This record gives sequence, structure tokens and C-alpha cells, in this order.
Amino acid sequence: MAGSNRRSNAIIYAVLIVISIIWLFPFFCLILQSFRGEYGGMVNYLFPKEFSLKNYQFLFSNSSKFVRWYLNTLTIAVFVAVFQTIIIICVSYALSRMRFKGRRLLMNSWLVLGMFPGFLTMICLYFLLKLLGLTQAGAIPGLILISVASSGMGYYICKGYFDTIPKSLDEAAIIDGASRAQILWKMTIPLSKPIIIYTALVAFMAPWCDYIFASYVAFGNEDSYNVAVAMQRWVWTNDYQGYFTRFCAGGILVAIPVTILFMCLQKYYVEGITGGSVKG
Amino acid sequence: MDEKTRRGGKLARFFQWLGSDLKDIGATFVQGDWKTRMSYLIMGFGQIARGQFVRGISMLVLQVLLLAFIVFFGWDYLSKITTLGTVESSMRGRVITYGDNSFFILLYGILTIVAVLVLIYLWRVNLRQNRDAQRTLALGKRLPTNARDASSLLNEHFDKTLLALPVLGIFIFTVLPIIFMICIAFTNYDKNHQPPGKLFSWVGLSNFKELFGIGANSNFGSTFFYVLLWTLVWAFFATFLTYFLGMAVAIMINKKGIRFKKLWRTILVMTIAVPQFVSLLYVGKMFATDGLVNAMLLRWGWIRTAIPFWTNPVYARILIIVINLWIGIPYTMLIVTGLLMNIPAELYESARIDGANAFQTFKSITLPYMLFVTGPFLLTQFIGHLNNFNVIFLLNKGQPQSMQLSNKAGATDLLVTWLYKITVEDNNYKIAAVIGIMVFIVTAVISLVVYNTMPSVKDEEGFQ
Repeated sequence: MAGSNRRSNAIIYAVLIVISIIWLFPFFCLILQSFRGEYGGMVNYLFPKEFSLKNYQFLFSNSSKFVRWYLNTLTIAVFVAVFQTIIIICVSYALSRMRFKGRRLLMNSWLVLGMFPGFLTMICLYFLLKLLGLTQAGAIPGLILISVASSGMGYYICKGYFDTIPKSLDEAAIIDGASRAQILWKMTIPLSKPIIIYTALVAFMAPWCDYIFASYVAFGNEDSYNVAVAMQRWVWTNDYQGYFTRFCAGGILVAIPVTILFMCLQKYYVEGITGGSVKG
Repeated sequence: MDEKTRRGGKLARFFQWLGSDLKDIGATFVQGDWKTRMSYLIMGFGQIARGQFVRGISMLVLQVLLLAFIVFFGWDYLSKITTLGTVESSMRGRVITYGDNSFFILLYGILTIVAVLVLIYLWRVNLRQNRDAQRTLALGKRLPTNARDASSLLNEHFDKTLLALPVLGIFIFTVLPIIFMICIAFTNYDKNHQPPGKLFSWVGLSNFKELFGIGANSNFGSTFFYVLLWTLVWAFFATFLTYFLGMAVAIMINKKGIRFKKLWRTILVMTIAVPQFVSLLYVGKMFATDGLVNAMLLRWGWIRTAIPFWTNPVYARILIIVINLWIGIPYTMLIVTGLLMNIPAELYESARIDGANAFQTFKSITLPYMLFVTGPFLLTQFIGHLNNFNVIFLLNKGQPQSMQLSNKAGATDLLVTWLYKITVEDNNYKIAAVIGIMVFIVTAVISLVVYNTMPSVKDEEGFQ
């Protein structure tokens, strides 16, 4: 019995090691490529012949607007994380704790709305933003507005968490003379730290990947690009050979802070997705 | 038969409600005092006259704003909505005279219709408030004070405060655009009919006829079903492969006696942490014909010529599903890890005493429990994969394209990536709108069917 257990453990270790190598290999390549000195797109060897920092130097030099794009994305991510979290908390609290006329109707209609593909509304949103002057040069506030405006529909996970907080706590507070607003502020929010961190984390990470709508709204105005839009252009451009290693270097610079943040808050992320997915 | 009577009942009930509501409006007027009657014209008049300034003034302000919007701005557009404009822009010499803009006529027309509906609703609320206030006073009771009204927004009516902004945002930036795009499906808005230069107009169902092969562009219908089929196949494999493999990985990591659990998890989670546009773009390039994978296989002598991963439709499809595992397994792994702890240990204990091996335990304890608990998760995963834009677009942009497919569709295009191409590259908005509606129908039907057959919905107590 013990022998077979040891054997199966050995197999599992082997499998896990293989999986780990597959998982990390692309990132390993990406890092190596970012230090590659010689010119060219994809090359047929793994280790660069010449290690150099010139790809990173290029990103911070005057000939590239990488820093600007980076700050654009960071601005969007921070604002979206803050406002989206506030809105989701408001909606979740109202739907979880209050009973009002039209509550079911509201929830059902949002569920149905969520089934429409997002791009469908892209042109219309573009013109709505244009009306407010929030395209091209004003694309950054425009993108924040769009991400925040519709975020109320993503209340499921947070509401699921609020539902698990016993209602008797609310009732006790009401008897003590607390208003609903005080309950939310002084009780529900402090009790929901994990889910709030989860919501903010997910909201913060999304803009780093936002390509489609961002490229549409900022179209033709380099200053308003975010990193995803700008660097995507490097890879699909005709001069892809020249920009490939720079793309890798930029990718590393984007990935590092996001990854570190994610790893630090991993615990909350796990709590969020497990809680949310099970309750549905 | 049963269905019909029920629907008939619903309709009848609606008219009953409408009738009694209209009767109530009349009765309120007949029984109302002069304050109430004035409120029929000037919203909030009665409230202000009775000292309820908070309610009265907000009603009055809303009425003025909405009416101003409808009369001074919206009416111009609304009056043209049946034709979507008749005066085309023209150029005389170098001077362009702009005519009607069909796009704005439709958009603002819809907005105006909504404004009218909101105004009617508020008017009705206003009448009801007057009626109730009058009754309360007639009974000799006192009306709620202004301070009480205001503070109730933080207490009994806190939901209104909380939801006002989110609902408004969703309305303007989600509902309005969706209504607009549904309307576009019934027009001929494409690159030949682009405002402000050109007008577009209503064409009825002709875009939908094209979809089902009745129109001139017969290729479009077959392309649609081709793409739809691949979308469903992709979503099926992507969902279930990541699900079962993710579960396998989680079970391996959580097995007793396996060390460094945290390390394995952290390594896997890397693909969630790194933004997809970095990781997927790079991996996509790795599998290019001149990419690293082909180069290494060539050098080791495993293959003679480079494998056309992205240009052969079959390879491309398989590869996309495989690469998606790289992204998808960690999610399932995290969720399953959390759930594995919830399975009562006694179940495993008794299974072990009965002499069950690892596979039997998995089959009769772990799997049924998982399927039961993660039903909703599987559904959302499936829907998410139907609309998984990032994986397809960043890896190979839906390549390879085929001459047999219309509207630039490629072999690995999902409905959403195709929709994106049609919108951005082709500016064929009417067709994009039709596809968007079809995506909605597919999603809605699948959700409805699955949701109604899910054990965790049917039988909530099953595993408790």
C-alpha cells in the first residue's frame, strides 16, 4: 500500500513538473527575448547571442511614448478600480438587503442585457462619447466613463457575498436606530473586505487588456493609446521585425506590477471566484 | 393550449390594470381639490402648495427639464424617425450643406421616446402622491416633513439613492445602445449608407432574409452557420476540457503527501496574472511558421518542414483549444481547490474502508459533487467561451481566411470576432447588428435550457 502510494506520488510530481515547465516556458522565453540585442522578429534559437538593455532603453527614450501609454493605462485602471468597486457595492447592497418594487424585474432585465455581445454597441457608444467630447484626445476619461457606467451589472459575486452576512445583524442595528446608510458604511463594508478587494482587483486588471474598445475610441490619436493598443500595433505592424523585442520588453514591464499585485492579493481572488461561481 | 390561455390571461390582466389605472386618474381629478387638479398641468404644484417642497420641487424641475428636452431638442429628430431623414447632404462647389443625419435621427429619436415615457411615468407618480397626500390630510393626519422625506433616502428609500446612478449609467451606456443596434438590424446602414454624407433607411426584414439564404448574398447565410457551428464546438471543448483537466490538476495538487502545494498553484496562476495581450500575443507568435516552436522541432529533426499551425484550419482550431487550456486550467484549478475542502472527509473515509480505489472514489464522490456544485460556473464558462474575444483575436485574428466564406470570416472566427471584423473592417453595421441579435438568441436559448435542467436549480437540497 505504502509502496503504491509512493509510486503514484512520484508520477504526480513528474506530471506537476512537466506542467510547470509548460506553464512557465513562454514567460521564460519572453524575458529572454526582451534582452535580445540582435535585430529580428521570432528567431529560431532560445538564448540571445547578445544580451543588451537597448529594448528597455528604447521604451524610456524620447522616440517612444511608452511611458505615456503606461501612465494612461495606469490612470484608467486606478479610476476604474475605485469607481467600479463603489458602484458594485451600492448595487449589491441594494439588491441583497433591500426589498423594493421592481427588484426582480431589474435583476432579470440586467441578466438579459448581459447576453448581448458588447461590441454590438461599440459604434453607438463611440458616438455617445463623441457627443461628450470624450474620444481621441479625451479618450482616457471616455474609457473610464464607459467601464464605470455599466459596471452595475456585474454585481453577482459581490451580492452573493453580502447574502451570506446574516440578516439578523442588520435587524439588530435597525433596532438600535441605525439607518440603512449607516449599516452599509459601518457594518457591511468592514465585513466584506475580501470581496471588495476581489472586485477592485478584477476591475484594476481589466483595463490592461482592454484593446478593442480602447483602439476604437482613441483611433488615430497616439497620445491617448493604452499599452495594449499601442503594443498590439507593434506586433501587427509591417516593421514587426524591428519592434518584436521591444514588444517583449514592454510586455515584461506591464506584466511585472500586475503580476506582483495579483500574487499579493491571490487569497482574496480565490475567495471571490470560488464564492461567486458556486452560488452562481 | 395551456400556454395560450396563460398568455391571453397576461394580456387581459394588463388591460384590466390599464383600465383601472385610467379610472383612478379620472377619479383623482374628480375628487381632487384645486391643488391636486393644478398638478395635472404643473407637476409638483400640489406638493409645494401642501408644504412638501422636496418632492414638489424635484417633480417640477424634472418636468421642466424633460419637457424642454422633448420640445426643443428631441421633437425635431422624433418627427423624422419614420423615414430616418429625407434631405441628403450635398456639395455645391466646395461648400457642403449637411442634410439629415440618419444616425442621429435614430439615436435621439429613441432617446426622445424614452424621455416621453419617463415623463408619463413621473406624471403618474405625481398624481398618486397628490391623491395620497389629500387622503392623509382628509383623515386629519399630518404629512411627512421635508426633513423626513430627505432622510428617508438614506434609510427606507436607500435603495433609490444607491441604484439611481448605476441604473442611469446602464440605461444610457447599455440599454440605449442595444435598442439602437436592434433598430439598425432593420435598416440598410453600411459603408454605402454612412451618415453624415449619406442617409440610411428602414428596410424591414431584408437583412434577416439574407441570413437565411433568401437574399442576393446567399453566401452570407452559409457562412453564418459555419461560424456558429465552430463557435459552439469551440465553446464545448474549451469549457469541458479546461473543466476536467483543471479538476485533475487540482486533485493532484491537493493529494495528501504532495508537497509545495502553494508553489504549484502559484506557477499555474501566472497565466491569470499576466495580462493576456502580452502572453497570448507572444504565444501566438511562438507557433507562427517562423516561430520558436517550429524552429526547435526542425532543429531537433522531429519534422522536415515547418508545421503551418495558423494557416491550416484544422491545426489552428486544435491549437487554439490547446492554448486556451493554458489560460483556462488555472481558473478551474482555483475553484475546484476551494470546493474539494468542502466534501465531507467521512465520505472518503468510508469509501476507503469499502476498498474503493482512487478512480472509483473520484467517479462516485468527487465528480458528482463537483458537477452539482459547479453547474452555474460551467454555464457561465460556456457563455464566456462563446464570446471569448481575446483568445481568438490575440492568437491569430480568426485566420485562416477562406474564399468560401463571406464577409471576411476565417476558419477560427467566433461569432464575436467576426462581428468585430464586420464592424471595424467592413463597416457593415446592419449585418453586424443582425449577427449580434443572433448571438443574443443563441446565448439566451442555451442559458435557458441549461438553467432549467441543472440539478442544483431543480433540487436545491440535494447535497445538503
